[in-house]
Amino acid sequence: MQHDDVIWDIIGNKQFCSFKVKTKSQNFCRNEFNITGLCNRSSCPLSNSQYATIREEKGQCFLYMKVIERAAFPARMWEKVKLSKNYEKALEQIDQNLIYWPRFIRHKCKQRFTKITQYLIRMRKLVLKRQRKLVPLSRKVESREKRKEEKALIAAQLDNAIEKELLERLKQGTYGDIYNFPVHAFDKALEQQDHESESESEEEEAEEEVEQREFVAEDEVEESDLSDFEDMNKLKTSSDEEEQESSEGEEQQEESSDEEEAGASTSKSAARGRKRRAFVEIEYEREVEPVSKSRDF
Amino acid sequence: MDFNEVPVTSERKSKKKKNKKAGNKRVSEAENGESAGVEKKSEEKIMENGESSAAFPPTFSVSEIKNKQRRHMMFMKLKQEKRKQKLQLRKKKKKERAALGDKAPPKEVPKTIENQRVFDETTVDPEDEEIAFDEGTDEFSAYFNRLTNPQVLITTSDRPRGKTVRFCEQLASVIPNAHVYYRRGLALKKIIPQCVARNFTYLMVVNEDRLVPNGLVLCHLPDGPTAHFKVSSVRLRKEIKRRGKDPTEHSPEVILNNFSTRLGHTIARLFAALFPQDPNFVGRQVATFHNQRDFIFFRFHRYIFKNEKKVGIQELGPRFTLKLRSLQKGTFDSKYGEYEWVLKRHEMDACRRKFQL
Repeated sequence: MQHDDVIWDIIGNKQFCSFKVKTKSQNFCRNEFNITGLCNRSSCPLSNSQYATIREEKGQCFLYMKVIERAAFPARMWEKVKLSKNYEKALEQIDQNLIYWPRFIRHKCKQRFTKITQYLIRMRKLVLKRQRKLVPLSRKVESREKRKEEKALIAAQLDNAIEKELLERLKQGTYGDIYNFPVHAFDKALEQQDHESESESEEEEAEEEVEQREFVAEDEVEESDLSDFEDMNKLKTSSDEEEQESSEGEEQQEESSDEEEAGASTSKSAARGRKRRAFVEIEYEREVEPVSKSRDF
Repeated sequence: MDFNEVPVTSERKSKKKKNKKAGNKRVSEAENGESAGVEKKSEEKIMENGESSAAFPPTFSVSEIKNKQRRHMMFMKLKQEKRKQKLQLRKKKKKERAALGDKAPPKEVPKTIENQRVFDETTVDPEDEEIAFDEGTDEFSAYFNRLTNPQVLITTSDRPRGKTVRFCEQLASVIPNAHVYYRRGLALKKIIPQCVARNFTYLMVVNEDRLVPNGLVLCHLPDGPTAHFKVSSVRLRKEIKRRGKDPTEHSPEVILNNFSTRLGHTIARLFAALFPQDPNFVGRQVATFHNQRDFIFFRFHRYIFKNEKKVGIQELGPRFTLKLRSLQKGTFDSKYGEYEWVLKRHEMDACRRKFQL
């Protein structure tokens, strides 16, 4: 005889049930035939001799039924009915099979079946969407690459390379007439003029004394170039850039100890640069290589 | 072995240790009397003990001492001797150099990895006609013939967080005509035709892992090559020390350094086509892609010419390094795409002096 109440009395309340999972607010039942998943008197498959569930296997839904007549034959206890893939037809099937069964089980079976079909639909949709591929990283390889990167950074000497490239571009004249100080070109032009005027003067010595070669003193050169520099200042359209220039001037002084005065304007620095060019041009650049940056995160 | 150079000092010590060594030998004999290898060694030691009053025979090596402490000490001494000798050699050379003055032979160039780089057969010769022809007709020819203006769409992988979002924003400020769009779970293959329809020339997808950008897919749009990079060392603007103010809207100039092989050239053109053809020199901004040992360093600077021989640069903008992982011929298609080049770690990392870009 099946004594449902006795069984429930034991496993439900007083003693141990291996399928029961207790949480603070609720008790769950881990039995695979449980229809709601909670540990209740009406949902416990062990303590109800007439019971039905819906279970899903590889996308196919089945209705499992247990009746008291088969309680003595555990191997044949659960009757398995395959449900149709059509939702409405399956619901009808459930109704047909569970006719005259208690309302609770019928209702819960249909609810469970609905939920299962919904999640099956969702699974099929997800497969069609993009799937994320996880690529494993090898620690050794990563650390090796990191080290190589650091070494490459040191070998690259980026600031120097960029500056060199920019100066080359300036020499080649890609900037056109924006920067007026190419004294190099000025010198070259002077030289050319010298050659020309020498050859000319040999021929036309007597005639042209008005065209005298003037060896211009450095101061004069500075002034003219200073004015050019001021012109360049005027080239800056937005006030931001002017501010930037002054701040830049300040900041570049940090970089190159050639200009040691603090807070000097760029024209002054240009002047100093010009004067110093007569003597020795030493460029110190304090490069703080951000190697440490790659280490601290 | 270099042991012929070991001077007298070690011998003195060896005399002190002779007894110990004898003891050692006895112990070793006792322990491993059976194995032939050790027997040989012990024989050697017997011989050594007989002769070691003067010097070690050349077959002796520090690794044969069984006792770890003593082995270590002998090794340290060996190192010191070597260092001393090296120093003496250098001093001698320096003196000779100073003595010779002008007639001294030129200094030897130290070997660097760049010097020793294995010659790559795909290195581009600047005058190669075939390459010039190829570059005239490849997918970037439209850009280089000034037919199109670059329009860049920047997006991320799903659900970007923190740093990635800011990185994308800063990238968009650096590259003119760039727009950032939130991904919203769309498939790339569906985005691409939409982008083409709206006249975008580039699609940049920043991939994120654990809050940090770690990958970049750069896709040239009308059928162009797709490059997949690994991104590392991303520094956002506020993490850069001594930086200038934010970049303005002027188009920056582009510097591409050290791209020497065919593959490097393709990648360089890929980068070049990101920026508009006519830079605003007024803006004085320059974006640099510098290739060193297959790592591409990106920097964004503002420059100012102090005089015609000096220029000062100030870093703005984000900085990051890229490493090319794969180059694909068409647009992004990971399954059926035709890969022009894929990083194969085992083959390519085997030689330290061989680089691909």
